[in-house]
Amino acid sequence: MSDVGTAPPLAEPEQHEPEEPGGLRALAARFRGGDLGVLPVVAGLVVIWTVMQILNPVFLSSTNLVNLTLECAPVGVIALGVGLMLLVGQIDLSVGSLSGLSASVTAILFVGHGMSPWLAVPLAVATAAVIGWLYAQVFNRLGVPSFVITLAGLLGFLGVQLWVLGKKGAINLPFDSGLVTFAQLDFLPAWLSYALAVVAAGSLFATGYLRAGARRRAGLPATSLRGLLLRSVVLLAGLGLAVWYLGRTRGVGWMFVLFLALVLATHYVLSRTRFGKSVYAVGGNVEAARRAGINVNAVYTSAFVLCTTLAAIGGVLAAARLAAANQSTGGGDVNLNAIAAAVIGGTSLFGGRGNAFAALLGIVVIQSISSGLTLLNLDSSFRYMVTGAVLLLAVALDAVARRSRASHGRA
Amino acid sequence: MSPSPSRPSPLLSLRGISKTFGAVAALTDVDLDVAAGEVVAVVGDNGAGKSTLVKVLSGVHQPDAGTITFDSHAVTIPSPAAAQQLGIATVFQDLALCENLNVIENLFLGRELRALRLDDVAMEVRSRELLRRLSAKIPKLSVPVAALSGGQRQTVAIARSLLGDPKIVILDEPTAALGVAQTAEVLNLIDRLREGGHGVIMISHNMDDVLSVADTVAVLRLGRNNGVFDAVETSTEQIVTAITGAADNAVTRRVRRARRAVSAGVEEGADHE
Repeated sequence: MSDVGTAPPLAEPEQHEPEEPGGLRALAARFRGGDLGVLPVVAGLVVIWTVMQILNPVFLSSTNLVNLTLECAPVGVIALGVGLMLLVGQIDLSVGSLSGLSASVTAILFVGHGMSPWLAVPLAVATAAVIGWLYAQVFNRLGVPSFVITLAGLLGFLGVQLWVLGKKGAINLPFDSGLVTFAQLDFLPAWLSYALAVVAAGSLFATGYLRAGARRRAGLPATSLRGLLLRSVVLLAGLGLAVWYLGRTRGVGWMFVLFLALVLATHYVLSRTRFGKSVYAVGGNVEAARRAGINVNAVYTSAFVLCTTLAAIGGVLAAARLAAANQSTGGGDVNLNAIAAAVIGGTSLFGGRGNAFAALLGIVVIQSISSGLTLLNLDSSFRYMVTGAVLLLAVALDAVARRSRASHGRA
Repeated sequence: MSPSPSRPSPLLSLRGISKTFGAVAALTDVDLDVAAGEVVAVVGDNGAGKSTLVKVLSGVHQPDAGTITFDSHAVTIPSPAAAQQLGIATVFQDLALCENLNVIENLFLGRELRALRLDDVAMEVRSRELLRRLSAKIPKLSVPVAALSGGQRQTVAIARSLLGDPKIVILDEPTAALGVAQTAEVLNLIDRLREGGHGVIMISHNMDDVLSVADTVAVLRLGRNNGVFDAVETSTEQIVTAITGAADNAVTRRVRRARRAVSAGVEEGADHE
């Protein structure tokens, strides 16, 4: 039983239907069962891009898309953390305030005290991590619902942000500082962008190939070489096209690459580690997770800490992009956009369903709406209304999918 | 009640187990024996102490008095983890499955192979082997458990309890929420556990299920032993009598009434006892 490599292949393939999880038929069955995955958000994105391009031909221009990638990164990083909270069935409403607070702390340490950004940023991020840990203590020990704790945090840390910024209320970051150039001016050289695209497609193929080989040796059904090649080539073509198109103007920003790297790292942790499985388990059925021996409180604590940490990183990126930290950093719509991005991207509000790519897709949807409406010279009133409608649509879709799952006996 | 001499020597033995909650005596001086390859049904009315007994064995509650002998060693079971380490696995009535996770993920939940780079190949191979050994009918292992029927979920829960290679499996009301066909599947599964040499303790309300699958029926009444019966030689009425504590009870009255109705044709006033 423990010697896996020599286990004989199954004698009864009809019973355990031999199908690779990624197969097309499995996908169709999942859709019918109400598990929509990324399909709605991708479809929505196509619609939004088409409409915006028709309304204003500048929308899909290279310049605008480069801007779009840079706009996505700060709030996208915050949305990544919100997604983790939603996965364990909780929510953090204070991500906006925390991002503003850490931006302010960074600016004060960096500009006010002349500290190196290599020290100022980690300190600001660590502050947020400690706040997340405190949230988790209140949550685990006192049983206060997370939305109440973080609502208190939303108000409280907004107050702290205003207090540390003092009367002036704004601190400008020097334009020539590494922090600002990283967020505004640093782009990958073209060769590096293409190289990364090749590396991405190559590693998709390599991991898939090794996995398929291991599955075949164990007598399990595996993806065909053709399917693997097809997927890798499609990814390579897609990334190559994107790199080429963005490269016609400024190219791919380092900040966007950082965002993508965080998304991929989160994806790995969620899908390929024991901790990731316990995140899904806690979001799906806390009691079952506890009885399976999972340290539920530790999982909640990690989710809180990761969420506030990512919120802080997002806040620093936002300040760097703006070259300033002020009273409205992290205010306004940052909070709601981050939460909306996670939900629009397909993370269920009911816990236990979703993945890391939801943050990426969701924030692209939101920033596309924002960018498109700005190009049409429509002010923020329209942006709020349209984003609100899209959010409602996304949540309604989630609720309907959930009901469909229930009617298929899989609530 | 001492076990009959014909039974094999027990793997798990409880002697004089008592447990009180405040002023309420949930278990008083209870004995129970389970041998390897034996299915013992524990039956009793509501409040007879069945659940408390399960919780004592699974490490959720500590007994106030009495001894537990496992594999001919006196043991204590201070926690659920200790029970699992001893080799006593419990499948609770609510199954405790994560419906958003698939069958393999549920089977290995909390004990995934290779924490930092999950070995899904090994986990899938072991899952398939385990389910095949149980001749379980699970159409696909990659679907969320939410998509499975009640009987299939029960199967997954039982299979999961077997991953730790337990000697004793405790099933709390395994057929309570199931339809006819699914119940039969789960009873087959219990037969297979017996064939695999596991000692099985099964809590149930359903006399038909109990008599069709159990070797031995232990009756609890008001927290005390009220008889150990050989399932083959015992009728439903005898067990019900032991459960209710009276030969004249609602069940026996119904049986008598039915017999009278059959023998005397349809006759009015036959139900006055």
